[in-house]
Amino acid sequence: MRIMIGKIGEWFEHRLQLAAPIREAAEHPVPRNTASWFYVFGSAALTVFLIQLVTGILLALIYVPSAGEAWSSLQALNHQVTLGWFIRAMHGWGSNFMVAIVLIHMAQVFLFGAYKFPRELTWVIGVFLLLMTLGMAFSGQVLRFDQDAYWGLGIGASIASRVPIIGPAVVKLMLGGPIIAGATLSRFFALHVFVIPGMLIAFVALHVLMVLKLGINEWPMPGRIVKRATYEREYHALTKQEGAPFVPYAIWKDLFFAAFIILAIAACAFYFGPFGPTGQPDPTIIQTAPKPDYFFLWLYALLSLLPPSMETPFLLIGPALAIVALILLPFLSGEGEKSWKRRPIAVITVLMIAITLGTFTRLAQFTPWSPHMNAWSGDPVPDRYIHGTTALERQGALVFQVKQCRNCHSIGNTGGQRGPALDSVAVRLTRDQLIRQVIQGGGNMPAYGNNLSPAETTALVAFLETLHPATQSPARDAARDLVLSESNPKSATKP
Amino acid sequence: MTTKPVIAPSTEDTLSRRGFFMKLGILFNGFAAMVLAVPVVGFLLSSVTRGRASGYLSWVPLGRIDEFPEGETRLATFRNPNVMPTDGKTVDTACWVRRVAGEQFQVFAINCAHLGCPVRWFPQSGLFMCPCHGGAYYRDGARASGPPERGLFEYPYKVENGLVTIQAGELPTPGAAIASLTGEKPPCAS
Repeated sequence: MRIMIGKIGEWFEHRLQLAAPIREAAEHPVPRNTASWFYVFGSAALTVFLIQLVTGILLALIYVPSAGEAWSSLQALNHQVTLGWFIRAMHGWGSNFMVAIVLIHMAQVFLFGAYKFPRELTWVIGVFLLLMTLGMAFSGQVLRFDQDAYWGLGIGASIASRVPIIGPAVVKLMLGGPIIAGATLSRFFALHVFVIPGMLIAFVALHVLMVLKLGINEWPMPGRIVKRATYEREYHALTKQEGAPFVPYAIWKDLFFAAFIILAIAACAFYFGPFGPTGQPDPTIIQTAPKPDYFFLWLYALLSLLPPSMETPFLLIGPALAIVALILLPFLSGEGEKSWKRRPIAVITVLMIAITLGTFTRLAQFTPWSPHMNAWSGDPVPDRYIHGTTALERQGALVFQVKQCRNCHSIGNTGGQRGPALDSVAVRLTRDQLIRQVIQGGGNMPAYGNNLSPAETTALVAFLETLHPATQSPARDAARDLVLSESNPKSATKP
Repeated sequence: MTTKPVIAPSTEDTLSRRGFFMKLGILFNGFAAMVLAVPVVGFLLSSVTRGRASGYLSWVPLGRIDEFPEGETRLATFRNPNVMPTDGKTVDTACWVRRVAGEQFQVFAINCAHLGCPVRWFPQSGLFMCPCHGGAYYRDGARASGPPERGLFEYPYKVENGLVTIQAGELPTPGAAIASLTGEKPPCAS
């Protein structure tokens, strides 16, 4: 039996002649200290990419890329096809893991100075791989053709339309027509299934090939400076003289981490299940609050918090600048110190970006800037706020509910957070200021002058004036008291 | 007769016969690629060029005029004029119809002028509110607050034989034609 297998192997080897190059690649020497748990993220990203390829092909066996049927084919995957839900969940969680691991890989490569000479091109290709990963994430979200996908496309189109001059043409090119419809889904399907994966496979192959050709980045030692003239000789010493073969010296950690990641994705898929689909992609159903998937939540937050006038420049110039900066990085600092211990600005940059993205993502999870569309009818004024109030004040509480003030203002910790909470508004604003604010709006509040009768305004302000903690008295305009007392000397108290 | 080697490495600058044919072959393929590029690019850009040539806009009916009470704002739906067999429900579009008085209307796109989310009308407070980033508009579509830089998009409308019809067919976006057709500068846009 063994002889038989050996002979078959020889037959193939005689024709393919792959054994020698494969052995050479596997046993190429690597610097000893790169057999580290910090060096497993690249292979982990490759592992997740392979999972996405396999689960993606499996999903394509059932999925129908038609605007009329995509949603129901996803329902069939979730509920009818055996284990369809699990494959969908693996693909969905796989995408989350992929974005996360690619970002971690990038941060590690940056902090370890691995982008420096002679690995500049490996980094640049890595930047393209990141962009393609994000492209896969967005187009994948479109293929989950539900309400979020539909309105998400609308957001994409609105952003694209802001490009000067060619904006409207870009929108039609992106949508495949004048509106979000069948052609839109079909072209995102082509992007997600053929175009971007094809490029990803080619670029991943190049990326890995360059790691093999140039060698893995050595563990950065503070004070060991990269110089174009001497680096390759020094690296040669680290690998050829002191190094160890990649297989098995370093690969076992990659293998362990890869298996761990696969199991982690499977566990998330099994425990949390697939993502959506949410409601049907029917644009006449407008009771929806679309939200992007987690990797674009930071953008969602940014678009809410930027001043309106800065939005378009930021959207159009920001990404271009970021990409140019990433591509230029290895050419601007191709030499010098590699160790993060001697590169404080690099460490601060990574921390700043991580904290910013993390904060925005966190904010976007509870969207304090979005009005709560049902607060006015769903969240009643708490009892304690109308206990012992006058008829006028109670009428004001009614106005407060009926005029949807609650959608943007919370009291008693329920209601929208778009505007300030009003639990102690009477401490901040006097009666006149309250009337002015209600009628004229301002500071991001619409003016209600046209929608409130004088009686309603009076009642509303009377209610708002009761909103102060028992221990704090409401705001008062001292000058007004004085003026009133002068015009009515009978009740005046002498100063 | 002397036999020349099959592949003659030409060290001098002169063009060999085979070298000439190879270059001609490359040129010929370049020509073929250009011929092929015309239909390929034409196909790829068809959604843009068609919009330029005949346009996507046409008049679609929203409903009878008496379905829209005076002084009120109602949700109406219409079917997009350009339908493909695979479009499913996506060609059904909603819009807000405000009958100001008599035959005077305002027909607002459902899409927020910020990033296109569906705005909802609240008759009690006379506001359109957007669930995404918190844009708000007054009953006449003018911007009230939030991130939008302009008022709601309006469709051109006409009333004929008791039917309210609008000129529609394109997704209204801040840069698109439909916006510039009728989009008046909102009074509070800065």
